[in-house]
Amino acid sequence: MNAPLVGQPIERIEDLRLLRGAGCFTDDIAAPDALAAVILRSPLAHGLITRLDTEAAQKLPGVVSIITARTIGMPVPTIPLRLAPLAELVPYEQPVIAQDRVRYVGEPIAMVVATSAAIAEDALDLIELEIAPLPAIVTNDDAAAAAALLFPDSGSNLCITYTARLGDAAQEFPGAIIVEDDFSTQRHTAATMETRGLLARWDAARGHLTVHGAAKAPWAGRRMLARQLGLDEFSIDMIAVDVGGGFGMRGEFYPEDFLVPFAARHLDRPVKWIEDRREHLLSANHAREFDAHLQLILSPAGDILAVRGRARCNLGAYMRANASIAPRNVAQFFSGPYRIPNIAIDTDVFLTNKTPTGTYRGPGRFETDFFRERLLDLAAERLGMDRVVLRRRNLITSAQMPHPIATVSAPVKAEELDSGDYAETLDRCLGAIGWDRLQPLRGQRINGRHHGVAVGCFIEGGAAGPSEHARLELGADGMVDVFVGSSMVGQGLETVLLQISADALGLPMERLRIFHGSTTYLRIGFGSFHSRSTVMGGTAILNAATTLKEAIRAAAGRRLNCAPDEVLLGAGTATNPSGAIVNWAELAADVPAAPGQFDNHTHTYAYGAHAAHVGVDIATGHVEIFD
Amino acid sequence: MPTLPIDCTVNGAATHLDVAPRTILADALRQDLGLTGTHVGCAHGSCGACTILLDGAAVRSCLMLAVQAAGHAITTIEGLSNPDALTPLQAAFRKHGALQCGFCTPGMIVTAHALLSANPDADADTIRDMLSGNLCRCTGYISIIEAVLDARAAYQEARA
Ligand code: FES
Ligand code: FES
Repeated sequence: MNAPLVGQPIERIEDLRLLRGAGCFTDDIAAPDALAAVILRSPLAHGLITRLDTEAAQKLPGVVSIITARTIGMPVPTIPLRLAPLAELVPYEQPVIAQDRVRYVGEPIAMVVATSAAIAEDALDLIELEIAPLPAIVTNDDAAAAAALLFPDSGSNLCITYTARLGDAAQEFPGAIIVEDDFSTQRHTAATMETRGLLARWDAARGHLTVHGAAKAPWAGRRMLARQLGLDEFSIDMIAVDVGGGFGMRGEFYPEDFLVPFAARHLDRPVKWIEDRREHLLSANHAREFDAHLQLILSPAGDILAVRGRARCNLGAYMRANASIAPRNVAQFFSGPYRIPNIAIDTDVFLTNKTPTGTYRGPGRFETDFFRERLLDLAAERLGMDRVVLRRRNLITSAQMPHPIATVSAPVKAEELDSGDYAETLDRCLGAIGWDRLQPLRGQRINGRHHGVAVGCFIEGGAAGPSEHARLELGADGMVDVFVGSSMVGQGLETVLLQISADALGLPMERLRIFHGSTTYLRIGFGSFHSRSTVMGGTAILNAATTLKEAIRAAAGRRLNCAPDEVLLGAGTATNPSGAIVNWAELAADVPAAPGQFDNHTHTYAYGAHAAHVGVDIATGHVEIFD
Repeated sequence: MPTLPIDCTVNGAATHLDVAPRTILADALRQDLGLTGTHVGCAHGSCGACTILLDGAAVRSCLMLAVQAAGHAITTIEGLSNPDALTPLQAAFRKHGALQCGFCTPGMIVTAHALLSANPDADADTIRDMLSGNLCRCTGYISIIEAVLDARAAYQEARA
């Protein structure tokens, strides 16, 4: 057999279409019969809808329908939590369209469906909307002061408090040094280059819905949509096409994921919605707006004894499908790769009149890593210790693995760090940037820029979550078709999974085809998030490959009159001990499809260190990254 | 909505279109001609994904009305590609991992092609400057600059 493909730099197969502009993103799907949907969004952050008159808009030639909460029937469905659901969060779920109250700029109020997007946009201007404004809750302080309540029935803007606990951080630490400060991280959003989009078709005769533009977790989206529409799950196909960036934002269930399919069924016409950039910035998940007050408690020798404090998450207006993850992670992963025996961090999650938030690139970790690493720098200064020495002293060693981390309230699951050599990545990082060489530059002002050099260590979860599934099928043309639940979000999935498949089967990549991410390919599958596709989808494929090879050996044994374990498999061939040979293609009819599954419910943690050398222009605030 | 007739050249072929006066060129290319390789990332002139060649110059097709294309020669990513082999720029992008999701890629390639056609010796700063109007959320740009630098050789040879 040739050298394994896994581990080799391979030119990606998806590039061949993407480089030629021949990919197929959602808006590229030809659908001349489709109506276009555009959405009337709230121009106000908080208010009560006092008038919504669609009559004039409805009369515009080309307008087919204007869908409001009334069309859907009140109360309209809400979007459930996909991850870490809790009964107490249900009241804060987002309704698929505003009913009587709007809670953020961008919240859908009506959807116009017309023969073209241009006409639908003209119609938006004709809808008469009046909103009686309520005080807008913008900051966490506003939310706590509660000049207005987003959900008056709940009596507070505090949606939930997550607590992370390990040991006893409340105890006295005699003689210890306490370093404390306030921190904050600003809002970010994914701003993928391709905005969101959907194309839904309803087949009335079959009672069947097809939704193009699914991504990330199509099976979960299908389950939610089926429940909301009162359909059987298997009456809905979610089809994934090329995706112009995911970053955690895309593929969660948003209001439009209900509205567009609803409209297609309601009107019995295909409906396409392509988000524009302005709507994307207003309505796709935001992330990372946190503040915190934290205390790090250390022995005079520099051993971290405890951390305690409070973080606050500016959640935005609703608890969206994956919104619980970042506030949980901020509390749970504060300790990162360090030994912190006593932890008490609470995260208050505040509802505000801003765009709702969700996961985005290492949710919660970006925030809490900054809080921690900054505290460590402050502590080093206070102790008069070198920043690297302080970090190295407190990194968990491989001998101390597995090492428990804080447990977060609701839903409770004990977690531990499984393995790793954290000091090694720190040392390699310092070596790579030339840490010692850069130290004299620290704090210097050169050509108007103040130079800064810093290093931080982190861990990052991945490769876990719900089971992933795959199926391999040997065709009469000798090709093996690989079906997998992992979905493509622009990360090169096809090449990676074909490398794995090719190695597992001993076939060249050209003999394999990959089909991924659409619910039509597998009865159950899951998807791509939490850095999981290579491990979860890849291992499901490995397991399926083992089954397929057994089936090929059995079929070849029958054909070649030998025992299955005497069959020697080559690249598309099977040979018996006396040298008789049969091609896989000839065995296809006798080789059943091979399913594979992989489960890993134990979280595992990758790790690393990051150093940077930057220059800040004090006059303009401009930051230049030197290294 | 009344339409206006326009005649132009698209990827070398004489093309007639009847378009509403308010239709932007990007929509006409994508919807009327099915040339979906030209991507619309913002429709506001900010991202460069919709870049095409208008008489050889890189322009944003979202900032032009289709009717303004009358009498002009348009080249899209499809016109810069062929089914048999990747072009030098495409091959360099592939080699350097200069794309992930690929949504920005057609705009990058078209812009880089305009630059290297005019200036095959463009240095890294010039390339960076020319591509500064094209946004990419996946790659971090370094690999894109490396790919364009690498593709220069083919353009230099073509000139010679
Ligand atoms: S779509 Fe034209 S510049 Fe973004
Ligand atoms: S490759 Fe995804 S935006 Fe550039």
